[in-house]
Amino acid sequence: MFGKLGWDAIPLDQPIPLIAGAVVMLLGLGMIVWVIAKGWFPYLWKEWITSVDHKHIGIMYVLLGLLMLVRGFIDAIMMRAQQAMAFHAGGYLPPEHYDQVFSAHGTIMVLFAAMPLVIGIMNFVVPLQLGVRDVAFPTLNSVSFWLTATGALLVNVSLLIGEFARTGWLPYPPLSELRYSPGVGVDYYLWAVQISGVGTLLTGINFVTTILKIRAPGMTYLRMPMFCWTALASCLLILAAFPVLTATLAMLTLDRYLGFHFFTNEAGGNAMMFMNLIWAWGHPEVYILVLPAFGIYSEVISTFSSKPLFGYRSMVAATLFICIVSFCTWLHHFFTMGAGGDVNAAFGISTSIIAVGTGVKMYNWLFTMYGGRIRFTTPMLWSLGFMTTFVIGGLTGVLLAVPPADFLLHNSMFLVAHFHHVIIGGVVFALLAGIEYWWPKAFGYRLDERWGKAAFWFGLVGFYVTFMPMYVVGILGMTRRLQHYDVADWYPWLLVSAVGILILMGGAACQITQLVVSFLRRHELRDTTGDPWDGRSLEWATASPPPVFNFAVLPQVQDAEAYWDVKRRAREAEELGGQPHYAPVEMPRNSPTGFVCAFFATLIGFALIWHIWWLMIVGLVGAYATFVVFAWRDVPEYVIPAEEVERIDRADRQARQEALSGAVTT
Amino acid sequence: MEFIRRSGGRTVPQFCLLAMALAPSLARADSILAPVGPVGRGDSIIILDALVIMLAIVIPTMIATLAFAWWYRASNARAVYRPDFTYSGKIELIVWSIPTLTIFFLGGVIWIGSHKLDPFEPLPSTAKPLEIEAVAFDWKWLFIYPEQGIASVNQLVVPVGRPLHFRITSASVFNAFFVPSFGSMIYAMNGMVSQLNLQVDKPGKYLGFSAHFSGDGFPDMRFDPVAVPPDQFAGWAAGVKGARLNRAAVGALLKQSRAVKPYAYKGVDPTLFDAIAAQKLPPGEGPQSGRSGPGAQNVVPHGGAP
Repeated sequence: MFGKLGWDAIPLDQPIPLIAGAVVMLLGLGMIVWVIAKGWFPYLWKEWITSVDHKHIGIMYVLLGLLMLVRGFIDAIMMRAQQAMAFHAGGYLPPEHYDQVFSAHGTIMVLFAAMPLVIGIMNFVVPLQLGVRDVAFPTLNSVSFWLTATGALLVNVSLLIGEFARTGWLPYPPLSELRYSPGVGVDYYLWAVQISGVGTLLTGINFVTTILKIRAPGMTYLRMPMFCWTALASCLLILAAFPVLTATLAMLTLDRYLGFHFFTNEAGGNAMMFMNLIWAWGHPEVYILVLPAFGIYSEVISTFSSKPLFGYRSMVAATLFICIVSFCTWLHHFFTMGAGGDVNAAFGISTSIIAVGTGVKMYNWLFTMYGGRIRFTTPMLWSLGFMTTFVIGGLTGVLLAVPPADFLLHNSMFLVAHFHHVIIGGVVFALLAGIEYWWPKAFGYRLDERWGKAAFWFGLVGFYVTFMPMYVVGILGMTRRLQHYDVADWYPWLLVSAVGILILMGGAACQITQLVVSFLRRHELRDTTGDPWDGRSLEWATASPPPVFNFAVLPQVQDAEAYWDVKRRAREAEELGGQPHYAPVEMPRNSPTGFVCAFFATLIGFALIWHIWWLMIVGLVGAYATFVVFAWRDVPEYVIPAEEVERIDRADRQARQEALSGAVTT
Repeated sequence: MEFIRRSGGRTVPQFCLLAMALAPSLARADSILAPVGPVGRGDSIIILDALVIMLAIVIPTMIATLAFAWWYRASNARAVYRPDFTYSGKIELIVWSIPTLTIFFLGGVIWIGSHKLDPFEPLPSTAKPLEIEAVAFDWKWLFIYPEQGIASVNQLVVPVGRPLHFRITSASVFNAFFVPSFGSMIYAMNGMVSQLNLQVDKPGKYLGFSAHFSGDGFPDMRFDPVAVPPDQFAGWAAGVKGARLNRAAVGALLKQSRAVKPYAYKGVDPTLFDAIAAQKLPPGEGPQSGRSGPGAQNVVPHGGAP
């Protein structure tokens, strides 16, 4: 009846996951009960769960990403604590559990924290920057989000029911094959990643279509803000790379479920192919994350230097250059497989060539600051922290791209330090800067600067104290993923690293405090003008938070810096542009399709993990029925009358007029 | 520091820079920057060369970032505000050229280094290499000395001054054979034979392990390689005691076990390594029973000789 699922799936003998899982479950249930008791459920259902508004979906993505960031961070704290305690000792986590922790940490941080945060910011910002009302396929967007949430849910269910993979964040066979991993851990990984991967692929389709086909009148490609360019490049990478991931994991799934031999030790299977295929996705994946991060830095540095981005066309070229070359480097993840001098050298060189594109970007940000008037707001601090940190991460990366160097440093703690250097220093700093930067646009109030700056300094110092010692132990020979060790030279450095994570915890506490404090002080921090930073692109041309239709009248773009151009003309004329002509606006109707689909996807995933075949069929039928119901809907859109549009827009125009006359008189 | 002397003073400024930049502790025993053989020396010199090449542009960039940010702060009335300075052909030329030229230069280092230090390439030496066959099991290493007709588990003894030719495979999952002081690592893979050429010039006891995660017993795949003068090596090889390494003995090794104390075999079936590599013997057994959830495992917890 319940397949492999039985009472032995609950880790009653392992207090840590048991208690953690129970606490999370109780908190979740508590939240649901509280929301229903307060009578907020209809609001949540109408405005959020079934919303197809890109802004609401973006905010939900960011919320999911932040929650998973906390979950992954707790895993990180556990690992640092374990290695600080495991010199000539067993520490507090047995290998069976420690291996799950680092596997979950990697999977969650990359796929369920960084990806939702990047996609969330893309969702919120791209249509606003393009000056349009929504993405190309609003309901599909909602499906994407909820499928991602399904994946995150399945990973977290594994805390309490069964186990998670013990194979590392990329389940290399033969270790991940049934013979060596008979438990359900790898199955949780496979289905969580597959289901969320579908969501990501749909996002890629959606945003490529949106950026290529739906832009405000006059917004040519070379007038698009840099963030839109990087989002486009990132989504093109998603389109090319995620099908590879899906296919690779499908092959491993066939091995595990139906006795195929793609990657097994027996019957002609070849595990090396898995490594090639998974990195053909895995390396572009890094750039899927980091390209939009570069876009965020471009926006932030330009805005707070009060200058347009330096060398815009060069930046576009560098972005597309990275986009293409990132597909030609995957083999550097296994130089130590012994492919020979020619192959290793070719991939070593192709990998270091990527640094050309990144270097160009770095210099262009530098010259954006040159001759600027720099305001050291929190997002700008994160960007400066990035510029100084990322060059070191890039340096160690190119070092690892030199095959003979990699023969000593492969899989070492040096490597761990390197990729945290680029992913935290590159992606996470950008996400925090981006959240800080666009928060007023999303919620109508700015975030408290003092707590934000405290979070930055704790974050920056904590980052260095945590990860620089890892470079040292890597040079001292330490390999990654050690549950215990007996080398005295490593021990003091791992203690320093553990202190570093304490400082990072301080940073996380400041960041959370900032959100709470800012919410409580939201009336003081209110942004009435819609343009709190003196911004340059179109998202600042509408109210904060923007109305459901984003722009009362679609903006006419005449310059690469659309809104800066409008403001300049308004300042010269000392008045806003003429009274717009309002027309009725058609907007897509809300739809529970995404949520219902994801509900059935959760059933399918869970059923497949535990071999509950009837439940899987129920899920499949349900998901198909949802699709049919959606496809046969009669009224996809509703109309907001012109008077309503005008009424909403009037308040915004009035605030802007006041801001303008204020600016003119001073 | 020893590796400076051995490099023959060829790149003295680089090493001075290294000495300043990195704490002295990095040159301690078992550091990859304190190699005891030509391969490790070659690898680590390339690390330092590449590091210096890149620092030459990274350090100025970092300084310029902080300097520009500070000088052009909004409150600095002396800084000239140039809101229209958004393009300069000369600067574009420079910002594309600097990284491109650096990578050109580094590309040469990569090309030459990858070929010279390819692990499969025999070392230039007049002495005939010592053949060693290494097999990764769950979770221990088996080292076979076919010429001496002996084998050992979790114990590697090598003579100094003579090239070592390793043939490496795995009887279960992926691992990587790595002794940081000796130099390059390489994967141990089931169904495949990788080769590794090393040489050790200095007697001593070193640190060896698997550098590729292979499951719950992975941290216990530790061994302490010992390098001894050639006559001592011959004496050790002749004095090894133990059972014969045959298919039955391999069958026992295929069972998962952790932290296995070193022991040896006297007499080796010469076809064994190739039989394992050609998958003529069954692969490692994996966990004894499938489990749906977490819990105890049927693994020999801290076994000695089977």
